[in-house]
Amino acid sequence: MCAKMQKISFDANSVKRVVKQQRPLVVLIILSVVMSVLNNRFWTVDNILTVLRQSSINGVIAAGMTFAILIGGIDLSVGSVLAICGAIAATLISSGMHVVPVILITLLLGLMVGLVNGLLISKGRLQPFIATLGTMSLLRGFTLVYTNGKPISSRGGVWSEAFSQIGTGYFLKLPVPVYIMLFVFLVAYYVLRHLRIGRYIYALGSNEEATMYSAIKTDRVKIFVYCASGILAALAGIILTSRLGSAQPTAGAGYEMDAIAAVVLGGTSMAGGIGTISGTAIGVLIIGILNNALNLLQVPSYYQDVAKGAVILIAVLLDRKQKSR
Amino acid sequence: MPEKIISMKNICKDFSGVQVLKNVDFNIYDGKIMALLGENGAGKSTLMKILTGVYTKTSGEIYLNGKEVNFRSTKDSQDSGIAIIHQELNLIRHLSIGENIFLGREPVTRTGRIKWKQLYEESKVWLEKLGLDEDPRELVGNISVGKQQLVEIAKALSLNAKVIIMDEPTGALTVSETERLFSVIRELKAQGHSIVYISHRLKEIFEICDDVTVLRDGELIGEKSIDELDEDKIIEMMVGRKLNEQYPRIVSQPGDVLLEVKDLTNRYVQNVSFKLRQGEILGVAGLMGAGRTELARTIYGIYKKDSGEIVLENRSLRIHHPTDALKNGIAYVSEDRKANGIHLGLSVRENITMASLGSYCGKIGNISKSEEEKSANHYIKSMHIKVSGTRQLLKHLSGGNQQKVSLAKNLDAKPKVLILDEPTRGVDVGAKKEIYELINQFKQQGMSIIMISSEIPEILGMSDRIMVMHEGRVTGIIDRETATQEKIMSLAVGKDVCQNAENII
Repeated sequence: MCAKMQKISFDANSVKRVVKQQRPLVVLIILSVVMSVLNNRFWTVDNILTVLRQSSINGVIAAGMTFAILIGGIDLSVGSVLAICGAIAATLISSGMHVVPVILITLLLGLMVGLVNGLLISKGRLQPFIATLGTMSLLRGFTLVYTNGKPISSRGGVWSEAFSQIGTGYFLKLPVPVYIMLFVFLVAYYVLRHLRIGRYIYALGSNEEATMYSAIKTDRVKIFVYCASGILAALAGIILTSRLGSAQPTAGAGYEMDAIAAVVLGGTSMAGGIGTISGTAIGVLIIGILNNALNLLQVPSYYQDVAKGAVILIAVLLDRKQKSR
Repeated sequence: MPEKIISMKNICKDFSGVQVLKNVDFNIYDGKIMALLGENGAGKSTLMKILTGVYTKTSGEIYLNGKEVNFRSTKDSQDSGIAIIHQELNLIRHLSIGENIFLGREPVTRTGRIKWKQLYEESKVWLEKLGLDEDPRELVGNISVGKQQLVEIAKALSLNAKVIIMDEPTGALTVSETERLFSVIRELKAQGHSIVYISHRLKEIFEICDDVTVLRDGELIGEKSIDELDEDKIIEMMVGRKLNEQYPRIVSQPGDVLLEVKDLTNRYVQNVSFKLRQGEILGVAGLMGAGRTELARTIYGIYKKDSGEIVLENRSLRIHHPTDALKNGIAYVSEDRKANGIHLGLSVRENITMASLGSYCGKIGNISKSEEEKSANHYIKSMHIKVSGTRQLLKHLSGGNQQKVSLAKNLDAKPKVLILDEPTRGVDVGAKKEIYELINQFKQQGMSIIMISSEIPEILGMSDRIMVMHEGRVTGIIDRETATQEKIMSLAVGKDVCQNAENII
């Protein structure tokens, strides 16, 4: 009897420990359980696939945002990078260019923007918030000028059909964007956990000065991080344009906020140095399910933002309270 | 025996299951100076944090004038007349002295406007009591550390503190500033204040303390009157073993000149030239602001040099960044561990390999964790670093063990020249000796060492030659055989002004 009691209390303790360590996961599970009770359409294969597909763009952006936040920075320009890259991709593909060079050119453009961000922040010694706020506005303006404020169709080219598969296609019954997101998460995980640059990212976020004193070129780490974020934002632009069949001049506006929310919900510290990519993946799913839930429950769209904001605040507050103890 | 103003009884404290204080008794007597001693990690600061309401005790009682009290916050403790002056001063550099003294309790009119005149007049009164002749409108950032310390004391007094706790108050002070602090402490004692004095410098303890309490590994070792003790006895109480030879010098024949610095000049140092032989320890002495740390950081590539040359093995080096220095075999162990020596938020393993990560990586930059682990374990074993494992975070280690990790990190980069900047600062007596032994080992292995230190006995005890700096210049390089404390001091204050050295400092 006594032994049995001990066993139970031990189990309760280990559950407690898991709850403590995996708070984002717990939030995700609670959210899913609540949804399955509220709406019987939630746990259908179709709906889960919808959630995953809708999360994929935020997932790809949030992976890059995780890097930026881990070094104690931020990248506000991702939404604008998505828009300009999407517009360029649409122009090129509708002009008849092959899909492979279109993708490469678009990613290169994202890389260039990331490089500019990285240089402004490292060599120009600007605050990441200010530097990327500047490029955010700059690129949004460029996009509006370039598109003349009108959508650019990606149709009409020889390879348009192939291009559209990126966002709308299926492979083994899963949407292609979901594969892209998973691939991005796996690569980001490998970079952070197993590559030298990943270690330097944590080091830089944890103590920049000590990193420099350890004979590490911190400028290069910063440039790498913003380049990665730029490429991933461009990739998100390709997915979105492909999915919609056109590039909208206002595409991606506010996406940086969803990405930041996902990273923070995943337990990454805004001060840098602490956080994981798996946390971000969970954060992305939380936001995805939340959006999906609010739609399924037919919450009017104005109220959706209110609900989303409240859930994010509560989740992060719980996390902070836990950590401060 | 005088009255106990504070008596802590059977204090226990644990952090998530780890007991850091075990049934500790601690007394503060009315109008007396109590020294609180112990190695880093002995529990001194935890005990003081309980007394000042930062931590809550797990069990035990605290009596104030015989009445049991329970401090739930720092405010409770402050209201009971207890003030603490931390090693890292809690002043705001961009505010004036007066604003700092009255921070958070400025005299205001009914509409909330600050009565500046009253604030500065009252500040002036407190400063004068401590013999500090400064305008209270002066910004704290513009006065010396020694004076800042006095401002902290003024603040404590203005809070009506009866008990003042001082944690390593002389750590950053010059000799004359220390003397001045001591006379202030004696004055406070004469006025009936009680003081808790925490320091690693035993000489100071004998100079001003009345009683001594020693902690070791979270337990009370003893409370004794200073008259019953001598230095060896205190050290024995602190470390639980006898330290026979404080500086285990190894005499060795230095080799050829390895490093030569010629006329190095920038905004911090002027025309600094010296040579360093293989297997030699060059001690660098000087007062605060002599430019020693700045010299080291210029050689290491953190500060730009304007002119001059750094020659290693007859090759002139171009150093623009620490990577250049380390690549050429020059490593630097920082004086300010927490700011730039180590990563508190990373693990022991990650810290040790931080400066040499490239040698653990495959072609695509993938880290071999097993190689890293092996290397980390090697250093933990050979340097006796006390850790629970290679994954323990640095912030959970004591100062001495953090310093060893910082050393290990630099060693792992396989340097030829190792610059040690205050290698034993904030390190307890036992770990100090271990660090000296490690330095000697490096020397025996043929490494050339530049050791910057503010502790002259340490310089005298360890160095083969001693370079003394004053205001960015080298004022002399002397051999160990002819070096004396007085000689170093007179060079440190600047040759020309030797006679009135005391006024200068």
